[in-house]
Amino acid sequence: MVEVRGLTKYYGDFRAIHDVTFTAEHGEILGLLGPNGAGKTTTMRIVTGFMPATEGTVSVEGFDVVKEAREARRRIGYLPENPPLYHDMTVSSYLKFVGRIKGVAKSELDDALERVLDKCFLTDVADRIVSRLSKGYRQRVGLAGALIHNPPVLILDEPTIGLDPKQIIEIRTLIKELAGDRTVILSTHILPEVSQICSKVVIINEGTVAVEKSLKELAQGASLEEVFLRYISKESAAAAV
Amino acid sequence: MRNILAIAGKELRSLFVSPIAYVVLTGFLLLGGWFFFNMLFRFSYLLTLYTGIQNAGAVQALNLNEYVIAPLLNDFTIVLVIMIPLITMRAFAEEKRSGTYELLLTSPLTVAEIVLGKLLGLLAFVAIMLGLTGIYPLILIFYGNPELGPIAAGYLGLFLMASVFVSIGLFASALTDNQIIAAVICFVVLLLLYILSWPAETAGGGIAGLLKYLSVVDHFNEMVKGVIDTRDLVYFLTLLILSLFLTHRAVEASRQAQ
Repeated sequence: MVEVRGLTKYYGDFRAIHDVTFTAEHGEILGLLGPNGAGKTTTMRIVTGFMPATEGTVSVEGFDVVKEAREARRRIGYLPENPPLYHDMTVSSYLKFVGRIKGVAKSELDDALERVLDKCFLTDVADRIVSRLSKGYRQRVGLAGALIHNPPVLILDEPTIGLDPKQIIEIRTLIKELAGDRTVILSTHILPEVSQICSKVVIINEGTVAVEKSLKELAQGASLEEVFLRYISKESAAAAV
Repeated sequence: MRNILAIAGKELRSLFVSPIAYVVLTGFLLLGGWFFFNMLFRFSYLLTLYTGIQNAGAVQALNLNEYVIAPLLNDFTIVLVIMIPLITMRAFAEEKRSGTYELLLTSPLTVAEIVLGKLLGLLAFVAIMLGLTGIYPLILIFYGNPELGPIAAGYLGLFLMASVFVSIGLFASALTDNQIIAAVICFVVLLLLYILSWPAETAGGGIAGLLKYLSVVDHFNEMVKGVIDTRDLVYFLTLLILSLFLTHRAVEASRQAQ
């Protein structure tokens, strides 16, 4: 479970996000939705503890990401927009390294490696060098890295961006499978993706939360496109006044 | 400690899976070999010369430590000033560029563990690099009889100096995501440390003493003579800890400004 409370972040004088609040429950796939530059990545970077917020708190499975950073981080699997790969390593040595720094015990490392290779369909390329892999494979290696310590919380920043249609379908299926007993937060600006895999939607526009609702509530009657446009234009209109 | 070793191991391996390690080691040994050949040639020339003119006193004064090993290690320090910025420039800058910085900083690691891990990994590489040059003193020990104490003290000095250089390089790399900028900053600081004592001759008084104390060369020269003084050890350790502290601050600060 992830609780985000009143996050505000300033870069110098620029306010990237303001008073962002939402909750992702256990077993939920929460879609963080918004136009480019709305503050999705900033929010995720604060939730993962990559950078501190100017104001507000985040708790992951009950641990504050700043005050109890180590405990919180152990419970997060994070796939940034650009998968954080060491290009001259092989897939399995990369995953082992990630496992070690994420705190997987040495005796369990081989099992963990096998599990994520299998889950992300990487067994065939385990000994290949990362830089030789296609974008779709790299994305899966990044995802495998986020999963190696079997975290209860997964945070995925635009996990399907730049992939071809077949790869997109594979990654989406994978995310849905992974969700089951985890909390998943994923950001995207692809609307059909949300209606296909998410159970809850948070729309962020110009740094503030425009709406936080379950997909069912949100899409009542209208299509997601209409709802999305309504919320971001209403907010823009309000901001302009 | 486990985390520090994981980072250190990765750092060291990343040098060897790319051609970097091999190029640097080959270059270092090539230059080292040339310096060694030079010193040995000069030594042998002087020996023949002094024996020829039957100057027993001068022949007595010739010894391998002072005429071959000390100048050889001194030449290595210059090569280190040039090489170490190139070895350390990637440390943080490349992680920032490739996005792996995000992986490190969102892992259950402290910044201190990351910094110490990187230091340890790079020092292991420097130790390999310096260790391989051990062949030259070994040749001398095999064919002559140099004193072992000054050799050991000299290598200790060289390693301490290299550690300080590496920690300064880490700091430079933590400041930027551009490897060239990191290398230039590091190189300028190392060269300054090296030449700081140059005006000391003419400056005189307290300033001369200060410049000499701050410059890395005098401390190293003491050690090459075989003198291990706590004053010199304190100097190297102070610089090492100061740069590591600054690196830690720089990494923390970079979090704020992403």
